[in-house]
Amino acid sequence: MIDLHGFGAQLLAGTAVTLQLTLAALILGLILGLLGATAKLSQSTPLRWLGDGYSTLVRGLPEFLVVLSFYFGASQALMAIASKFGYNEYIDVSAFAAGTAALGFIFGAYASELFRGSIIAIPRGQAEAARALGMSTRQTFFRITLPQVWRIALPGLGNLFMILMKDTALVSVVGLEELMRVTAFAVGRTKEPFTFYLAAAVIYLILTSVASYGLRRLEKRASLGIRELAQ
Amino acid sequence: MNGQAILDMLPMLAQGALLTLQLVFMSAFAGLCLAVPMAIARVSKNPWVSVWPRLYIFFFRGTPLLVQLFLVYYGLGQFEAVRASFVWPVLREAYWCAAITFSLHTAGYITEILRGAIQAVPVGEIEAARAIGMNATQIYKSILLPRAFRIALPAYGNELILMLKASALASTITLLDITGMARTVYAKNYLPMESFVTAGAFYLVITYVLTHLIRFLEKHLHPDRKEPVVIIG
Repeated sequence: MIDLHGFGAQLLAGTAVTLQLTLAALILGLILGLLGATAKLSQSTPLRWLGDGYSTLVRGLPEFLVVLSFYFGASQALMAIASKFGYNEYIDVSAFAAGTAALGFIFGAYASELFRGSIIAIPRGQAEAARALGMSTRQTFFRITLPQVWRIALPGLGNLFMILMKDTALVSVVGLEELMRVTAFAVGRTKEPFTFYLAAAVIYLILTSVASYGLRRLEKRASLGIRELAQ
Repeated sequence: MNGQAILDMLPMLAQGALLTLQLVFMSAFAGLCLAVPMAIARVSKNPWVSVWPRLYIFFFRGTPLLVQLFLVYYGLGQFEAVRASFVWPVLREAYWCAAITFSLHTAGYITEILRGAIQAVPVGEIEAARAIGMNATQIYKSILLPRAFRIALPAYGNELILMLKASALASTITLLDITGMARTVYAKNYLPMESFVTAGAFYLVITYVLTHLIRFLEKHLHPDRKEPVVIIG
């Protein structure tokens, strides 16, 4: 097997940070995605523009550039706001916070398009029936629309999740001690770049394989009671 | 926003854009060349043939591009045999490392796209080709592959855009592509918003042009979808 020169525990610690970042960005991204989809489907034109502009713009930019802008831009933006309140010290944004915000922002842009499609895919009659039964708009959304959106959007969300997991590696460049950064550190100490980057690759492969297995299980569960098309 | 700062960085970013485009087109072309044989192997009924492209795809789609890039750029130098060999002058260059890694990376995705396209060619067309006596090579050359390329074109266009965005990682191995230039500019002027937003605008313009290029190609390759010319006279 590969000799990790005692860096195994550190690689695992880095993997834990990678997972935390993935989860945090996922939660933020899902919220932004739902908000974006709601904006796109809203009656108000400015809101629709905002939703469409968000996904069109972010999907056209390199993920790496977004991460860099969030990390370097956030402290400048925060300092500009803070100086209005008379606070003139330097504000440092943590790499984890900036990374979560950037990756969640990207995930949300793609997810909003996905959620929009899934919401439209649900027959209108169902919402109308719910309204006829006296449910409020909110009840209709949470009890009728959302559970089905989940089922329809799940395969697409799964793809986005896998992309997100791999994109966490980008945050290493702005200094977050996740798997890639820890690996680079070990490389600096041992001068064995191939060994360690290969070890990191294997860990990412395990993560993505487990995720894809879990997603298949989730898809099956979400589709309980849905007949598959007869072949 | 500092307008003068933006104007000052435009020439540098344009220069970076040239490198970005070079890397993207080179890897898109090399990736396609690699993907054709792999896709043919991937649809093979013989499991001993299809397992290799499967493993290749598993690796390149399951790991971050950054890891792949570092494996090639930093990793290969670990071996004395590589450093002593004739390929070292090439593998020592960040430029070629990026080009090679991007090609291998995108080849994995294009293989899957082509596999889907090959399988989407109607069975009847292949049966017809067999019925008029074509052998396997002829069928691939004149029926399956031309059809598959047409079917795959929109997805290949998506992959091209993804590759454009992924190419920003070239800046992590010292290359001065659009992102690399933006980082250099930022290190000098400390204006993150101006530097990165202007770089973003470059990417958006390139994305826009590429999308239309693919759409034009798609129209060109699908004469059957053209409006019929009606001659009234």
